This record gives sequence, C-alpha cells and structure tokens, in this order.
Amino acid sequence: MPAHPPGDPVASHPLQIRDLTVAYQRKPVIWDIDLKIDAGRLVAIVGPNGAGKSTLLKAALDLIPKSSGEVLMFGQSYSQVRKRIGYVPQRESVDWDFPVSALDVVTMGTYGRLGWFRPVNRRVKARAMEALDRVGLADYAHRQISQLSGGQQQRTFLARALAQDADLYFMDEPFAAVDAATEQAIVALLKDLKANHKTCLVVHHDLATVPQYFDWTVLLNMRVVASGPTETVFLEANLRKTYGGKLDLLAQAAEAVRKLQ
Amino acid sequence: MDWEQIISVLFLRDYNTRLVVFSTLLLGVTCGIMGGFLLLRKRSLMGDTLSHATLPGIVGLFLAGVFLGNDGKSFMLLLVGAAVTGLLGCWLVLFIREHTRLKDDAAMGIVLSVFFGAGVALLGMAQTLPEGSAAGLESFIYGKTASMVATDFQILVVVSLLVLGISILLFKEFKLLCFDETFARSLGFSTRWLDVLMLGLVTAVTVAGLQAVGLILIIAFLITPAAAARFWTEKLERMLILSSILGGLSGWIGASLSALLPRMPAGAVIVLVAAGFFVFSMLFGTARGVLLRYRQHRELRFLVSRQHLLRALFEILEGQQSGVDELEVTPVPYEEVRITRTWTDRALNKTLAHAFRDGLVKTRPTDDTILLSSRGLEEAAKVTRNHRLWELYLIEFADIATSRVDRGADRVEHVLGEELVQALEAKLQTYRWDEQVLVPASPHPIAGGVAPSTEATP
Repeated sequence: MPAHPPGDPVASHPLQIRDLTVAYQRKPVIWDIDLKIDAGRLVAIVGPNGAGKSTLLKAALDLIPKSSGEVLMFGQSYSQVRKRIGYVPQRESVDWDFPVSALDVVTMGTYGRLGWFRPVNRRVKARAMEALDRVGLADYAHRQISQLSGGQQQRTFLARALAQDADLYFMDEPFAAVDAATEQAIVALLKDLKANHKTCLVVHHDLATVPQYFDWTVLLNMRVVASGPTETVFLEANLRKTYGGKLDLLAQAAEAVRKLQ
Repeated sequence: MDWEQIISVLFLRDYNTRLVVFSTLLLGVTCGIMGGFLLLRKRSLMGDTLSHATLPGIVGLFLAGVFLGNDGKSFMLLLVGAAVTGLLGCWLVLFIREHTRLKDDAAMGIVLSVFFGAGVALLGMAQTLPEGSAAGLESFIYGKTASMVATDFQILVVVSLLVLGISILLFKEFKLLCFDETFARSLGFSTRWLDVLMLGLVTAVTVAGLQAVGLILIIAFLITPAAAARFWTEKLERMLILSSILGGLSGWIGASLSALLPRMPAGAVIVLVAAGFFVFSMLFGTARGVLLRYRQHRELRFLVSRQHLLRALFEILEGQQSGVDELEVTPVPYEEVRITRTWTDRALNKTLAHAFRDGLVKTRPTDDTILLSSRGLEEAAKVTRNHRLWELYLIEFADIATSRVDRGADRVEHVLGEELVQALEAKLQTYRWDEQVLVPASPHPIAGGVAPSTEATP
C-alpha cells in the first residue's frame, strides 16, 4: 500500500528513507537514517570502513531485514517499484569463474522485466548488447567473464544495471580498484544518466574525487552526519565528524604514503 | 567371458540387462544436469548430505511397515521415506547455518554422519527381525542393479522428464541463482523457493538412483560428469549438455561392464568410468585442462625470457653507442649479457638457442659473443620501447611510488599488448618521443655498469 497518495509531492522523490535502523545480531549497524533524494542527482555515499554504506543499500533493496523505519522509492515500497530500480553489487560478491560470457551477465539485467519462466529472447539480447556498448565493452561480449580485467568486470556489472533500464540506481563501490579507463567510462556514464534524469546512489571511497563526480553527498558513519549538495556538505568540519577528528584528509594521505613505503 | 556374452550385453538382448542399462543411462543424463547446477551453486557437499540422510528414512519406513503388519517391502513407500529424511537433513543444515555461527562444512559434516549413523542403527534393528525380510535394504547403500525392477525404470523416466522440463523452463532463473543470488533477490526472484526446488530435484534424482548406484556413490555420479564437463567449455549451456552426455555414457558403459564382469557392482563401475572421463578431461580439456594451462604457462615463460634477452642486448648496445640516431649491431660478449640478470647459463643458453632458431640472433649459443640479426634488432627495439612506455605509464598515471616501478614493470610488461601500447602513445603525446628525446631511459640503472656515463665508447 503506498504510504502517500499519488500526486503528493513527496511521491516524486526517487528515494526517501525515514527512521531506518538495521541491526545484525542485536548490534545496530546503522540507525535513525533519514534521507530524501531529489530526482536527477548523482549522490555519493561516503564514510569510513564499517560505516554501514553497503548495509544502507542492501536494507533499501530488502536484501537484509530492517529493524525499523521505512524506505520509499517514488513514493512506494521497493517491491512495488522493483522494475524502476537498478542495482550494482560489489564486484567481489560473485565468482567470476562462472561459465558465462559478459553478454550473458548483462542479459541478467533484463530478467526482472522478463519475469518467471519467460526465456531470454532476441529483443532482450539486443538490449543487453546496447548496454555493453554504452560501457565500451561491445567487443568483449562473448568473452568468458574470468578473462576480463577487473575494470572490465566492473563495467560488465554496470552494463547489467543499465540493461535493467531503471530510474534509480544503487551502486556499491563501482570505483573500487578499477583502472583509469574504467573510471573515466563510469564517470561519463553517470553524467549521461544524470542528463536523462536518472538518480544514482553511489557508495564511494575516494574522497579526493567526490566534489568532481557528485553533486550530492551523504556522509555516513552509522548515522547520517550530513546530507546535501556537495559544495555545502563536503567540508572539512563535516568530514572530521564522519572520519573522526584525528583522521583528517592529510593524515589519511600521509598514512597511505607511509603504507606504500 | 566370451563373444556371445559381450554381444548379448552390447545389443541388450537380455531383458534384465536392457532394464539396467537404460535405467543407468537415463540416471546418468539427469545426474549430469542436476550435478552441473549443484556444482555451480557450490552445493556439492549438500548433495552428499542429502543422499546419506536418506538411509534412516528408508529403514524407518520399512520398520514402520513391519510393525503395522505388512511385509514392509512397499518400494514406493521406502522411497518416500528416503526423500523425507533426505530433505530433512538439508533443512537442518540450512537451519544450523542460519541460526548458529557454525559454517556450512561443519553443519553438513554433523548432519551427514548423524543421519547416516541413525540409519545404520535402524538397519541393525531391522536385521534382528525374524522375518529376515530386511535383507534387501542393504542394497540401497551400495546399490544393486540385479534387484532392479520395471518400477525403477518407470520412476527414472518420470524423474528425468521432471528434471529436464524444469531445467528448461527455469533455466534462466537457475543460471541467475547460481551466479548471483543477491542480484536475483533484488530483481524479485524468490531465491529461497528456487533453492528448495533445485534441492527437491536433486532429491528426486538421488532417490531414483538409490537402487542403481546406492546412496554412498550417487554423489560421485552427480558431481563427476559436471566437473569433467567444466574442463571443456566456458558456456553454461554447453557444460550442462556435455555433463549429461558424460553422465549417460558413464551409466551405459559402467552398467554394461558390470554385466560382463562377475561380482562387479554396477554402482562402483559406473563411478569409476565417470572418474575416467574426469581424469581425461582434467588433463586434456580444451577450456581449462591441466596440459593447456601448463602449455600456456610455458609459453609465457618463454616469451618473458626472450624479451629479457632482447632488452638486455638493446640496452648494452645503446650504452655503448650513446647519442646515435640509429643503433649499429655489434657483437656483445656473452658474459656481459649474463650478468644483467639472475640468469643461469642453462636458461640463457636455451633462450639463445630459441632466438637463433627464430633468426633473432646470428650467433650460436656456444659462441663467446652474441650478435643480433636486423630482425632481432627491430624486435629488441620494440620490446625496449614497450618496456619504457609502460614504466612511464606507471610513473605518470598509476598511484604507485617510483621506487616500486621496476619490480612491477618486469612482470607486467609482458601482459602489455599492442593495443594498450597504442593507447599509451596517445596519452603520452606530450613527451614527443618521435623526436630527438625518445621515451626517457629507465629512471634506475637496469644493468649495472652499462649506463651511458660509465662505459660510453667515443
């Protein structure tokens, strides 16, 4: 049952989260999450390790149970608007040794619309091929997925989400450990999605590129520290509150350098 | 064993042979399909748990039947019992996994042995019954094709049609479930029911195959053909088809062999035949066989070694003739090349022999000096250039400290194909290597003593 009648301005929000708490075995992982995301935003979800970024996405997609709160997408519950939602899980979540081609994986994005029992047909194959082309992997369509590089595998996952033909996308660390070419391809894709009024929530770990890639930022550390336009939210004071006072950007960079040596 | 007997088995003249061979063949085909899904769902051990957990069901229902007054030999009833405790075992594994911190393997180990133990204990009870009718029960453990009847075959036909029909109908769902369960759930597919259905089909196959191969060996019949098929193809559809063919062949050949050889239990022979297919596939598989991998690895080592040689020669010449536009090929002392790397004489000689064979060097490996051919020089220039571009790329673009570049480059350069090099060139236009200043030399001395400053000849 929709919580808001159609026509209610709230219903137009692609994503609205109210009072969300998620707990694993009695220990809350994220709590009191309140978020309202406008259409056409590129949203970075930023926070330290263990801040609950992936948990937030998974709870929104009903992949793990919520302890309390509600998540509305386009004013409705997820199960009612599934076909308008796309999901890019973390690359490590699957076994890339599986005997399928890149095109096979991307075609899986169309399964939701196909529904139970209906086999893959030429039309959805063509759509999958189009999606592969959009991420620059058309030449790799028939390659077995273990023969793709890490960046190409990531782009395959993005293409699968594109094949879902959604209005709201959840992406879990798409930029993790990808090469420069893939990073540029993903950025171009995000811009393209934004131009088409799609909304993207992206779990992101590279603080340096947040202002460059995203126009909205959610700082998360078990609770929402701040959420708003990147230029008003992505400030040192807020980052300090998210990552802890002692671990500012410079210290982080210094630590990264120290680890390398 | 004479020819007449062989021909009679091969051409299925005898009714009982016909029954057994057709049954095991059909069982093999169905096992091949379900085994493929089981393997890819990483539930192989679950199948083993399931089959072992059928024993208490079989014996339990037999005992119940005896106490209720009939002779307990209602075949169908025993199979129902098998399916019930088999599924109960699986459910228990899932329950333990979800509600405790025990991992899968521990849960399966416990359930498998406890259920099997309970079955053996019940079997002991059944054998003390005066009727002596429990004698046939043991055949479920190891399988006994001699006791197979037409009902077995009919059950197998039904189960095969069921497995085939559902696998075709739900092929895309099973594929998605095996590859990415989370994504399947996000699309709204009930992975729980898909899992239950898949496990249900495995149960049906297991129970139907109890008479033929027995509950201990059925898991081998499920997994082995599927694992063998994986070595030949990277496509799920082909893998499942091949797996069912290998399963069917194992069933047919195994059952025929056991009919020919006295005292050879069919189940064991079938599994051994399947194992034969597996070993052959593992060695010679064209997609991921061991020999293929070994050959690929050797080729890579060969390539790496050749590139090292060419680059060493090029850099030595470059050091000797610093500043010239075009390098002139002069003989290089063998010893000077050898000290550039941790080469053993054997490895270097072998590399030189290959290079001589391919016309890259003009001198034989036994000579004291090494002389590049003009084609060798061309190749050496290309290899060196690739290497330097790559190093430059690492320095310029990747988040890797300069001090680490060399170690990485020595390995990664060989992965660097023509295509990426061209992309690099485009990116590195600003360096204008096609003019006087080429791609800068390595930022570190690659070969001690040959840097331009030390031994440059006038």
